[in-house]
Amino acid sequence: MTERRAAILFLTPAFAVILLFFLLPVIASLLLSLTDFDIYAVADIHNIRLIGLRNYSDLLGNALFWKALGNTLYFTVVGGPLTVIVSLATALLVNAKTARFKPLFRTVYFAPVVTTIVAVAVVWKYLYHPRFGLLNRGLHVFGIAPIDWLGDPHWAMPAIMLLAIWKNFGYNMIIFVAALQGVPEELYEAARIDGASGVQQFRHVTLPMLGPTFVFVGIITAIGYLQLFPEPYVMTRGGPVNSTLSVVMLMYEQGFKWWNMGFAAAVAFILFLFIAAATVLQLWAQRSRT
Amino acid sequence: MSDLRSSRNIHRSTSVVVGLTLLLLCCTSRSAPEHLKFWGLGHEGEVVAKMLPEFTRRTGIQVDVQQIPWTAAHEKLLTAYVGEATPDLAQMGNTWIPEFVAVHALDDLQQRLAHSTVRAPDFFSGIWATNEVDGLVYGIPWYVDTRVLFYRSDLIPKPPRTWSEWMDVMARLKRERPNHYAILLPTNQWEEVTIMALSNHATLLNAGGTEGNFTDPRFAEAFQFFIDIFRRGYAPPVANTQVANVYQGFAQGDFAMYLTGPWNVGEFRQRLPADMQDKWATAPLPAPTVADWPGMSMAGGSSLVIFNASKKKDAAWKLIEFLSEPEQQIRFYELTQDLPANREAWRAPAVANDPPLAAFRIQLEHVAPLPRVPEWEQIATEIYHDGEATVRHAMTVPQALTDLNRKADAILAKRRWVLARMHRP
Repeated sequence: MTERRAAILFLTPAFAVILLFFLLPVIASLLLSLTDFDIYAVADIHNIRLIGLRNYSDLLGNALFWKALGNTLYFTVVGGPLTVIVSLATALLVNAKTARFKPLFRTVYFAPVVTTIVAVAVVWKYLYHPRFGLLNRGLHVFGIAPIDWLGDPHWAMPAIMLLAIWKNFGYNMIIFVAALQGVPEELYEAARIDGASGVQQFRHVTLPMLGPTFVFVGIITAIGYLQLFPEPYVMTRGGPVNSTLSVVMLMYEQGFKWWNMGFAAAVAFILFLFIAAATVLQLWAQRSRT
Repeated sequence: MSDLRSSRNIHRSTSVVVGLTLLLLCCTSRSAPEHLKFWGLGHEGEVVAKMLPEFTRRTGIQVDVQQIPWTAAHEKLLTAYVGEATPDLAQMGNTWIPEFVAVHALDDLQQRLAHSTVRAPDFFSGIWATNEVDGLVYGIPWYVDTRVLFYRSDLIPKPPRTWSEWMDVMARLKRERPNHYAILLPTNQWEEVTIMALSNHATLLNAGGTEGNFTDPRFAEAFQFFIDIFRRGYAPPVANTQVANVYQGFAQGDFAMYLTGPWNVGEFRQRLPADMQDKWATAPLPAPTVADWPGMSMAGGSSLVIFNASKKKDAAWKLIEFLSEPEQQIRFYELTQDLPANREAWRAPAVANDPPLAAFRIQLEHVAPLPRVPEWEQIATEIYHDGEATVRHAMTVPQALTDLNRKADAILAKRRWVLARMHRP
């Protein structure tokens, strides 16, 4: 019994923190999403009305929301898998037996993860500059006409994706490297004795052994990418023609620019549902495979 | 992404630090010279620092200028107010004033104006009006902004004065140069069609600002005029993001007219090739009839406001008086090329003898404020949405007008409720 009491005692601080800084704010914003808290409520708190689910129904009828949702899904569905592929490829390179200076490359690839996004975005803005940018200079060498990366509605999102992939692959790479090192060498040995080629070893030994890691990396990347915000906020402000407006960006604008806090809270909860759905979907896909 | 959450935590802890510092400051500043906190926006916030040593020399008041980028200014000001961290005074886009008055953030300056060097008649009346809400004054114009007609003087020898002359000029240009356009009216902007509506004396909203007034014949006529320009092929149906380079387009003659503001005077000088420099000019807006000339334009620009929470309102007012002096207004013009709000400053040779500015001087006497309700910017966005839809044949003119009224009424629903609640006994 005393053991149990001790356990509760030790858990209490953590529970208190979760309750105070996580659970209460979540409940508060859920309640907020059922009100029409706006600029008039800032002036006088009595200007709040409980409006039930009207924020949610307004949201579903809002063209800008669907545009933002479409952009965010585009970013996640295209950018997410690409990030995972790039991470795995670099992990394999860094982990290869013949590779030299492994610690150096691991550090170099991991560096973008720990640099500030704002500083990075400023440098990338130079890279993307239509006239003086390095990227267009490079294209020029191959005779490709300059692209207005951040000014063209069709190119702006791919440009943001490229930055996000570069910024985030290092984190996943480290996790893949750790997982690769955990694959027992005997399995490769046995495969080689059975006459498996390099590609076959990768498909039938490496990939299955990395299964759980894929789920983890996939979920973490999806959660992060569905919350796309700082890249477009710094680089494009959601433009041009709302082509890089993300759901979080819409929430920020509604909440902090126009102070429609009730509406913004509703956006947050819809986004939460999407993230939860994406997570459950991936877990389910993994379970059905095994 | 995850940075967002961590940056929020950082904000929380910095606000604690800032709070503590303020606490220290308030208890130590009694003997020290007075310190004003002033938020300037964008370029203006940067250069105003050069004018302040003179103010400090005269009054002994120190001014700490914090520069806020324009793109984040609105949310920073509003967040500062909600977080009770407003500066003593700030520069503010004059269209935002009604919103900040609605939340009781701004100090009413009426009393101070009674005996001050700042006098309302010295300012352009349309611009001054943007600072008035329900008969009280909440801001003093710092610099002014409006739109006039920029045109190719080699293609248009005499700028049009009436709408029918305007249409004739466009028809002639289109006839002579079928592969080019006469005017650029970007479809993703609400300003152009709104200016035409103001020129036709449309009120946009009803008198109380509680309902849309877009089916009113004055707005309907202007909207029809705007759409006709596209229907007849005089303007390209493109958004300004689709125009790679406005200056190049203007120099090549892709279009010969453009409705824009004073910031483009400098840009045209800098970006148009040298042989184009004697081929462009500005003119006040054409009006529906000759008697009405020049047509009304929008009253834009920035004002200086004092926050209610400030404990140094007298010192803040001194700074506003200083920045409103004609000499300081001229100096500010030299530093920024922003047009002076004080009419006296327009007598200075630098302003008075600059040909493109003459049209602005005339136009500024004929500017009207946009509807002074906090919801205006949201309504304005709907104006261009429906305007664009009509240009692209997705709506007819009557449909667009009814739709605009419906949307404006929905946006203003809360305002009607709040006003009704206030007037209930």
